[in-house]
Amino acid sequence: MWVPIIHFNGIASPSHHHHLARGTQFPMACVHCGIDENSRNQTRFADLGELEQQPFHNHVDLSPSSMFSLKSNNITVASNITVASNNLHYNTLSSSIGCATDIVATTGAAAGGCLDTGQFMFQKGTTIGSSLGSGHIENWGESGIGDNSQQTDTSTDVDTDDKNQVNGVRRGAPIVTGSMEQSKIKTGDQKAGSESRSCKKESTEEESNVVSAYVQQLENSRLRLAQLEQELQRARQQGIFIATGVSGDIGHSVAGNGVLAFDLDYVHWVDEHQRLINDLRSAVNSSMGDNELRHLVDGVMAHYEEVFQLKSIGTKADVFHMLSGMWKTPVERCFMWLGGFRSSELLKVIGNHLEPLTDQQLMGICNLQQSSQQAEDALSQGMEALQQSLVDTLSASSLGPTSSGNVADYMGQMALAMGKLATLENFIHQADLLRQQTLQQMHRILTARQAARALLVINDYTSRLRALSSLWLARPRE
Amino acid sequence: MQYQTESWSCSYMPSSRGAIGGDPLEHIERLASENAVVIFSMSSCCMCHAVKRLFCGMGVNPTVYELDEDPKGKDMEKALMRLLGTSPAVPVVFIGGKLVGSMDRVMASHINGTLVPLLKEAGALWL
Repeated sequence: MWVPIIHFNGIASPSHHHHLARGTQFPMACVHCGIDENSRNQTRFADLGELEQQPFHNHVDLSPSSMFSLKSNNITVASNITVASNNLHYNTLSSSIGCATDIVATTGAAAGGCLDTGQFMFQKGTTIGSSLGSGHIENWGESGIGDNSQQTDTSTDVDTDDKNQVNGVRRGAPIVTGSMEQSKIKTGDQKAGSESRSCKKESTEEESNVVSAYVQQLENSRLRLAQLEQELQRARQQGIFIATGVSGDIGHSVAGNGVLAFDLDYVHWVDEHQRLINDLRSAVNSSMGDNELRHLVDGVMAHYEEVFQLKSIGTKADVFHMLSGMWKTPVERCFMWLGGFRSSELLKVIGNHLEPLTDQQLMGICNLQQSSQQAEDALSQGMEALQQSLVDTLSASSLGPTSSGNVADYMGQMALAMGKLATLENFIHQADLLRQQTLQQMHRILTARQAARALLVINDYTSRLRALSSLWLARPRE
Repeated sequence: MQYQTESWSCSYMPSSRGAIGGDPLEHIERLASENAVVIFSMSSCCMCHAVKRLFCGMGVNPTVYELDEDPKGKDMEKALMRLLGTSPAVPVVFIGGKLVGSMDRVMASHINGTLVPLLKEAGALWL
């Protein structure tokens, strides 16, 4: 079962990194004081990239078009991701915060899309929503949810009768709290804070009961979250790869940090690659000059070198993980060869898109195709020999009911088999080298414009494989 | 095109027991210069198998020395390790008496188009 990995992208556009220094720009949830809904100040937003374009109303509109939405399934948690706890429901607090790894939105308002936990990583104590006024979001960075005061204030507005309000279309905009790492929800210090609390108003007896109950829940959840993070950390150190679905199972592959690191790095690499390709695409379409185009192409090629570095490290960490291709989408995995793409296949894909080619280029490409095919065949045969050799080794001494049960033999067999397994790394390494060299040779043969086109074609092809994977996974079943 | 197809059956010549030389490296170099394509290998090594298949697939008949079947194999293996600076020592390929290297070098030169001219020059490959 393929477990998608968290994407660090923003919702709709390539990844941004937001720094705490820009704390004043974070939007805040306006848990709104019911008084005067329309007189709230204009909402302020963090420059969460794409969010700037969202039309935003005073009351946090958590409809899918709003700033974030949650992927309700299969988020893989990496240990250094700070999990945002989402308090979208006052009354479903426990369920939404309850599991550090379970970032399911329980609100109807926030449907679809992906939780960008990457956003929350560095937005400690971010509260999303409309601000209550300009400039009252100082001290964000430090205090985590140090705007506990804000919490309090906002929570004063909870209407006990109205349990179903969650989307902030009503008076209360839900609070989304950022990383619990630094959450300091102080139940005691419910001060107004430096924020100009024009929305602060008198709270009824009833409401303050609800407030304390709510705050208590928050506090419990915070503790629980901290506990879970600790467990996660411990498990990670023991080399357990944690893959979570909605149910929060722990996966069984014993892979360790190297695998996790590779998976995450690879996701980053893919995002960056896509960004570079997009730049290249617009350059090609805008009839940019050859020199600049070459510069961009060189950039993409240099970036390719990085992924081979990553794979080299990953192979040393866990060759079987690389071979398994779990870091690829299902369809890509199906066509995988020795831990990656098939060079000869890629060359066939771009083959028709390179015209016009000079005779020399044509010959070069044909030779490249043939030599890569031959190299692939040689490595494949080597792998077969390896497998056969392993079979021979493991079946060498007697098996079955008449087995003599000689321990020394057994250990000897195992030692031999271990040695053979070690050569697997070398095969993957050679396969990656082959891929790398094919790309380099292609780069050498083609002109900048041809190379640009080739890279775009390769990217289109890969994207389609990935899209096919998604479609397949989402297909309706009886 | 210009490459041989895989219809050639690959048969490589068995190791020749040359004169007992003192220095293993010298011995290696002498063996290497005796034939157009010389591969030092071990019968149990799968990467060696891959390299052999590569040449056979190109229609080249390499001369293969299996070090684990050679009385001086151990010394030669050590000498090769010193020569290449890597372990494992095998496979090692010589073309036209000159050292090409291990699998990665052979493959790299094949992909960048320098292997075939080298083979032709050594007389291992004909048009």
